[in-house]
Parts: sequence; C-alpha cells; structure tokens
Amino acid sequence: MPDQLLFAMEVSLNGLMTGIMYALVALGFVLIYKASGIFNYSQGVMALFAAMTLVGIQEGRVPFSHLINSIFGTHITEFGFEVPALLAILLTVAVMIAFALFVQKFVFRHLVGQEPIILFMATIGLAYFLEGVSDLMWGSEIRQLDVGLPQGINGAIDNATFEALGYGFFIDNLDISAAIIAAILVAVLIAFAQYTKQGRAMRAVADDHQAALSVGISLNYVWILVWSLAGIVALVAGVMWGSKSGVQFSLSLIALKALPVLMLGGFTSIPGAIIGGLIIGMGEALFEFVVSSNDLFGAWFGFTFSATENWFAYVLALAFLVFRPQGLFGERIIERV
Amino acid sequence: MDGQTSTVTPDGRTIGGVVMEMRNITLRFGGVIAIKDISFDVRHGEIRAIIGPNGAGKSSMLNVISGFYNPQEGEVWYKGEKRKPMKPYQVARQGIARTFQNIALFDGMTVLDNIMTGRLNHMKASILDQAIWWGRAEREEVANRQKAEEVIDFLEIQSIRKTPVGRLPYGLKKRVELARALVAEPEILLLDEPMAGMNVEEKEDMCRFILDVNDEFGTTIVLIEHDMGVVMDISDRVVVMDYGKKIGDGVPDEVRNNPDVIDAYLGVAHD
Ligand SMILES: Nc1ncnc2c1ncn2[C@@H]1O[C@H](COP(=O)(O)OP(=O)(O)OP(=O)(O)O)[C@@H](O)[C@H]1O
Ligand SMILES: [Mg+2]
Repeated sequence: MPDQLLFAMEVSLNGLMTGIMYALVALGFVLIYKASGIFNYSQGVMALFAAMTLVGIQEGRVPFSHLINSIFGTHITEFGFEVPALLAILLTVAVMIAFALFVQKFVFRHLVGQEPIILFMATIGLAYFLEGVSDLMWGSEIRQLDVGLPQGINGAIDNATFEALGYGFFIDNLDISAAIIAAILVAVLIAFAQYTKQGRAMRAVADDHQAALSVGISLNYVWILVWSLAGIVALVAGVMWGSKSGVQFSLSLIALKALPVLMLGGFTSIPGAIIGGLIIGMGEALFEFVVSSNDLFGAWFGFTFSATENWFAYVLALAFLVFRPQGLFGERIIERV
Repeated sequence: MDGQTSTVTPDGRTIGGVVMEMRNITLRFGGVIAIKDISFDVRHGEIRAIIGPNGAGKSSMLNVISGFYNPQEGEVWYKGEKRKPMKPYQVARQGIARTFQNIALFDGMTVLDNIMTGRLNHMKASILDQAIWWGRAEREEVANRQKAEEVIDFLEIQSIRKTPVGRLPYGLKKRVELARALVAEPEILLLDEPMAGMNVEEKEDMCRFILDVNDEFGTTIVLIEHDMGVVMDISDRVVVMDYGKKIGDGVPDEVRNNPDVIDAYLGVAHD
C-alpha cells in the first residue's frame, strides 16, 4: 500500500479516537435536552468542574481553602493524605449528583414551563456560576490528572501494523482506553434507559410530559436523574480530556466541540451523538492531514488553511445540515398545517 | 341515596359508598371561570358521566380530579380524607388513572412499552436489584409483563403489540391509552371523551370495553362524553355542566327530563 494511504488510515484512526471524546460531551447535552428541552450551555464547565474536583480529592486538597484561609487567617491547603483514584471517582460522582440536586432545586424547578430561551440563559448563568465555584473550591492552577490510565504509544498495535503493512500505526494508549470506557459508558446508559424502571421513566418524560405525569412519574425526579447522568458523563469526558492535556480552564471549551456534533447528530439522539462525534473527529483529522501534511493542497489551490481544528467541524456540520436539517438521526421535522 | 350504603343496579352490579367527593370547586384562569362552585360525588364501582356543551368546563373538572389543575377554591375528598393540593404524579400514585381528550401517548415507544409505563408505580425493586437482574427485579418484571399482556388481550390489541404508537390510527391510539391507564389497576379511571372521533363500530367496541372494565374489575369510572345515546346507555349517574356551573345531577332519566338541561342543549349547538 502506498505510504500516503497508510498514513491517512492512521490519521483517521486517531481522529476516531478524538471523535469519541467529542461524542462523550455531546452525549451529556443530549441526555438533558431530550428529557427537559433544556440546552445545557454549562455542560463543558461541568466537565471542568468534575475533573477539578477529582484531582482535588485525589490530592487531598482542602476545598475552598483560599476562602477559609482569608477568613480565619489560617494556612491550610491540604489534608496531608492522598485518596485512591477509585474512591476519589466515587466521591466526585457524589459531588456531581449533589450538583444535580442543587440545579434542580434552586434553578430549574422554578422555571418549569418557561420559554426554551429562558432556560438556555439560565444555563449560561449556571456555567459562570459553576466556573466561579470551581475556582473558589480548587483554585485555577493547571493540574495534572492521573487516574492510572495507561499512557504512551501502544506497542502491540505499532508492531502488528508494522509486520502486516510495513508501517507502524502510532495510537495512544490513553485514546484506546478512552474509546473502551466511552463504549462501556454508552452501553450502560442504553441498558439503563432500556431496561430499568428509572430508564423507562426517563424515556417517558423525554417523549411526553403530560403522559408521563399521568402514569405517576415525577418530572422533578427524572430531571435530577438526567442532570446526575449528565454530570457523570461530564466527569468521564473531563477525565479523558484532563488526562490528555491537563485540567485547566480550556477544558470547558470542549463544549464548543460538541456543538457541531449535535448539529450533525441531532439534539435528541444518543446514537446520533456517537456517530456524529466519530464523523467530526475523523473528518477533522483527515482534513487537517490533507491541508497540512503535504504541499499538494497549497500547490493546487495556491493557499493554505490554518487552525483548522477551530472551524472545520462547523463547516462539516453545516454542509450536512444543508441536506438533513434535523441532523443525521434527529426526529423528522414535519410541518403541521 | 345516603352515600354510604351499597345499592345494586338493575343489571346486578353493586355500587358502594362515596369514594370521591368534590366540594364547592371553583377554578379560574385569569378572568375566565372554568368551574363555578361545583359539588358532586362519585360512588365506588359506578360509572359517572360528566356531560355538557363545548367549553362547559368538563375537561377542567377532570384535570382538577387528576391534579393537573389546582382549584382556587373547594375541596377534593378521596376515600374519606381531604386531599392536599397534589401534583398529577402523586394523584396517579393514589390509584387514579386517566386518558386525555387529545391523546397523550409516548409516540416514540411501541404499544407494549407504552402500556408497560403504566406499571411503573408497581415496581419497587431498587436500582441495584435491577442492575444484577435478580430476585425482586426479575419477579416484578415478569409479573408486570403478564399484567400488560392480560390487558392487551382484554382490549384485543395483540396484533399491534410491537407497533410504534406514532403510526397507529386515531381509534387504536385511544385504545392503547385506555390500556396504559388500565394496566395500572386503578381504583378510579378518568376518561376524557374516549369515543370522540370514532366511527360507530369503534364506539361500540369502546363502550363494551368500558362496561367490561367496570363489571369485571369493579373499577370506578368517571367519563366525559358528548354522544348522548352512549352516555344515557352506560352511565349510572350523570353530572351536567354548562358555562362552568352544574345544572343537573342524577340518574339518566332524571337528567333527560331536567328543563335546565334541555335548555342548555337546545340553546347551544353540540356535536
Ligand atoms: N389551561 C387553560 N388555560 C386557560 N383557559 C383554560 C384552560 N383550560 C381550560 N380553559 C378554559 O376553561 C373553559 C372550560 O374548558 P374545558 O376544556 O374544561 O371545557 P370542556 O367542557 O372540556 O369543553 P370540550 O367539550 O370542548 O372539551 C374554556 O373557556 C377554556 O377556554
Ligand atoms: Mg374537554
């Protein structure tokens, strides 16, 4: 096989891995949107907050230590012990569930029946609020996150592809574990939605509020549930992204990556979020490869693109939208007259 | 009728004491008074109809009973106790199931899935039990499936069990909605125009189902219906509403000969 093709395959594979991360973030949006019609702008900040909390707990930091110290004149910053990764993850999940309860009790409970734009603006407020809380609780320094996921180039794949194709694929172990964990998460979520009573209630609420109420489902309960699940999904995304590039403010910007995925996959479809994420991830990587890896493109068109990762996903999504306004898997838009 | 002792109807069904009572209910929407100081009771095991011209406030009354609307004034008494203002899901959990005038089904789900949601309140297994699919969770699911199948057989909708509800014709949707309400094994079943928009044959089927539900399971039924023939045929007692007021209440014959009722129906076009 020609080198260029093999190289392109490697790039696509890596793109797919990145796409899974996009899909994870998009999934958080879909969960909440489907059940409550709220477009949760704060999903990205939730990922940041979850990752910050996880690192903080792992390293045994005292939450709100700046605040405490400035009020009481103390100098405590750490408890002086480290928390094992698994326990820290469980504690972070508990924090995300507490956040879900908080959001429902103090924000959205009071906004039931409001226009979608008002709900959306409430989530913008929530994003800034959570960002502030995150800062206050854990500080704003960049932190290294390590929950024990394998890192580095996967030797087995490198060797196997080298023997078979004469060209070794470089795939990061972290990406592979991210893919596996994402796949498990999605499978569990789908099984939950399909086979448990809570999942059934969730699907019912996503479908029709009135009907759900009439069979005895508490909307409030289901909304707390979906915010909790979105919090857990945010945690997973935060861990993946954070392990890769450190936990810092820019993590919250992964939400911007989820938007084109949602445009593509539709706001109401879980498979859409996943396939959409994969398409965007791969498309982005391939495009980047085509325009930057050789001078061919520049030679053909007489110019080159830069910073494609910032905008190409949107162009790709928009191109799809022209043909399918409801997204790949979104429900058909039928105009009733 | 003293409201406490049982009576036996001419067709041999036993009607018990008062199970639900509306006392001086008033419901306003801004300036519109949808229900004006209405009182009536529902007795255990009876078929109680609410009739009246369009906009009379019948659906509003059903919505008050099911907790979708909370009246500004008045009391709802259920099983001898005054009910606090409640959310619809809390009312449903007390054994009051309903259907809607404009059909509220889960369009994205199959008929069977829709019906299974009616069993949610009968599931007690914890999330952990369900995760390992063991003991209680499995027993419950089996029992619930069985109940759902019973109702499906009862309403003769076996052939559409796996069909997504969104694709069904109107008449069948109404039947699925009834199935979902029925599968919850409610004490009181509230039906908002269960036969509206149906052809004669479908109406006959629906009538038969309603009578059978009442007869076989002893379910108390409160129903709104426009078709006078049907109402007079199947109900034990009838409340008549007009412009938010109660203008008649009694057995079909009493109501039929009530001059106010005759006026209301002659004065207002109805379908
Ligand atoms: N949610 C609401 N908001 C405002 N007004 C309402 C609402 N629900 C009902 N109304 C008003 O209350 C009055 C009674 O309406 P309701 O739906 O109870 O009548 P109905 O007897 O069921 O009529 P129909 O036979 O047409 O179904 C009407 O004037 C209606 O416009
Ligand atoms: Mg009505």
